[in-house]
Amino acid sequence: MNWKKKVTTGLNKKTTIRMSVAIEKADLTLKYISHYNEIKELLFKNSSEILNVRRNKAFQDFVSLGIPSFKNENYKYTNLNPQFLPDYEFVHERQEQEADLNEIFRCDVPELDNTPTLLYNGWFYEKNIRGINLPEGVILESLENAAKNHPELVHKYYSTVADTTTDPLVALNTAFAKDGYFLYVPKNLMVEKPIQIINLLKANTDTFTTQRNLIIVEDGATAQLILCNHTLDLTRYLSNSVTEIFVGENTQLDYYTVQNQHNNSASLNSVFVQQEKNSNVTSHTVSLHGGMIRNNLKVILDGENAETNLFGMAFLDKKQHVDNFTQIIHGKPHCQSNQLYKNVLDEESSGAFSGRIHVVRDAQKTNAFQRNNNLLLTDKAKMQTKPQLIIDADDVKCSHGATVGQIDEEALFYLRARGISEDKARLMMMNAFAHEVVEQIKIEALRERIDDLIAKRLSGEVARCHECGYNCDC
Amino acid sequence: MLSIKNLYVSVDGQEILKGINLEINPGEIHAIMGPNGSGKSTLANVLAGKEEYEVTSGEITYMGEDLLEKSPEDRAREGLFLSFQYPVEIPGVPMVNFLKAAVNEHRKYKGEKELTAGEFLKMMREKMELVDMHPNLTNRSVNEGFSGGEKKKNEIFQMALLEPKLAIMDETDSGLDIDALKTVANGVNALRSPENSTIVVTHYQRLLDYIVPDFVHVLYKGKIVKSAGKELAFELEEKGYDWIKQENDN
Repeated sequence: MNWKKKVTTGLNKKTTIRMSVAIEKADLTLKYISHYNEIKELLFKNSSEILNVRRNKAFQDFVSLGIPSFKNENYKYTNLNPQFLPDYEFVHERQEQEADLNEIFRCDVPELDNTPTLLYNGWFYEKNIRGINLPEGVILESLENAAKNHPELVHKYYSTVADTTTDPLVALNTAFAKDGYFLYVPKNLMVEKPIQIINLLKANTDTFTTQRNLIIVEDGATAQLILCNHTLDLTRYLSNSVTEIFVGENTQLDYYTVQNQHNNSASLNSVFVQQEKNSNVTSHTVSLHGGMIRNNLKVILDGENAETNLFGMAFLDKKQHVDNFTQIIHGKPHCQSNQLYKNVLDEESSGAFSGRIHVVRDAQKTNAFQRNNNLLLTDKAKMQTKPQLIIDADDVKCSHGATVGQIDEEALFYLRARGISEDKARLMMMNAFAHEVVEQIKIEALRERIDDLIAKRLSGEVARCHECGYNCDC
Repeated sequence: MLSIKNLYVSVDGQEILKGINLEINPGEIHAIMGPNGSGKSTLANVLAGKEEYEVTSGEITYMGEDLLEKSPEDRAREGLFLSFQYPVEIPGVPMVNFLKAAVNEHRKYKGEKELTAGEFLKMMREKMELVDMHPNLTNRSVNEGFSGGEKKKNEIFQMALLEPKLAIMDETDSGLDIDALKTVANGVNALRSPENSTIVVTHYQRLLDYIVPDFVHVLYKGKIVKSAGKELAFELEEKGYDWIKQENDN
């Protein structure tokens, strides 16, 4: 048991005044340390060596970094200590699900002709049906199996961009990682139909899930990916997912994330994207509903003429909290990045946006743009926004802008003066605010569905899929 | 139709209107003129129901009912229309959605069936011709990127769609060249009827060549200091406002 030593190292430099805080923090970390030691064997069991070799080191990193709190500059606006506090059940093994999830869950976007692939509490669902639209050569399976069936691929990429030494969530995920989805699109293949992957959370007791995903899009290939997160009951969840995405030269990947979870859930998502020459990645993160959402998105532009577009739209009410934290590394010349994040905050909700753009010394002719606009609907809603530019090259175009404001009263009066009720006028204004982001969604069926869900969300109706019998909202 | 009695209005604690009295009957056109800062736009906005304007005393009766009790949207639905001096740009709200919502809210209020998309588009095309609006403008967001003239035409276009009983034109002539002014005036005249009334708020006499008023009132320092027929407008054009100021400041 060498963990005692680790804890002491974490404590010995604190002054006595900070002791109580430190002890509390250490207690919480301690809980995770003893848990790790208890279930270590289970983690290593049935798991590929590729995943196993990372565990111990990753866990050590987690212990020395600590559970993210205000003291960590990157988590300044999101204290995760309360989320880590409950005694969770951990899903370290594939769970049996008696009912067929394909039968009980339908989230089909009308006209979006596909067969969704399901994840159950972070694990690839064993009864998944391979979509008929998935062309031959595309691999979509569980990471656990991929590590066994395609060790050369997994080994080459796994845990290469998701750095465990800088982020405790990544470290903890890498220590616990056993499964998630693995998507591989071979060279020059154009996958025409969007691939939809839905993570379903379903349990009877407070549950901690870990999901680890790997996406590889080889040179010249294109794909569209829709990822949905759903809670199927009112159980308390903490989900910690990490996704590593590698896109080769001349590729195009559109990556949509739709977050729709209940207020008692915390969703922590870390996505890493590595882009090669002439690649184009567009990411959309639509946070419709969720108690606590933290989205870490790091993009490394590692080849010339690579382009990345990051869009985010979040709707918050009650005491919800959404924190989008983006980092773009302009590592090569002639790359382009665009970011547009918007939040609508109602009641006592709080939001945060931190966008870091780092242009390295040789990345000349970089174009990097960032904008964050926020609409506060009440006096109690709060928004923190923090753009950050680090520019080491001298021939670049970079800009950033952030606004936090209320609904334009002049515009509201204009609409009302034409006979439109105040409520309806407010809705029109909020929809208009969101529209700038939504119109960037390229898949028409998805765009229409999101529009519809947003309209419902804003008008106070439950924002969930019609066909789903579960009440995701609380 | 409209009866304003001893109206006092303040904005941010500052008294702007100081005892306005005005009677408007069906079919009449009233021009309200006056130097800058006399309270013309305040009067227009109070009638439309803008909240920052606080009515400290007096009353306004519209169609026999207390107007001040009503929300801006109910005033609009009951036929009161303000053509804005500065129409607001609302990015992201498509013109068509806005107009359809406005028309249907009016219809709903009157107990009429809401128009379908097809019926509405037909109605829109007809009314558009009246003000010579470019069809492309309805594909944009509300007033977004419209020129000054297009914005004013758009106000008259909305007026044509909503068919108000009492239209208040707040400085509709400002920023218009002579051709646009004529188009706007033609639109207003085409919508006239013996039942409908119009209040034209303007600084200059120019618009009144095209929309001929029955009465001209001069507003100065929050009060109507002179009322007469249309000849008063010519007198103001010729002599300016200085004589009004002198008469009242002494």
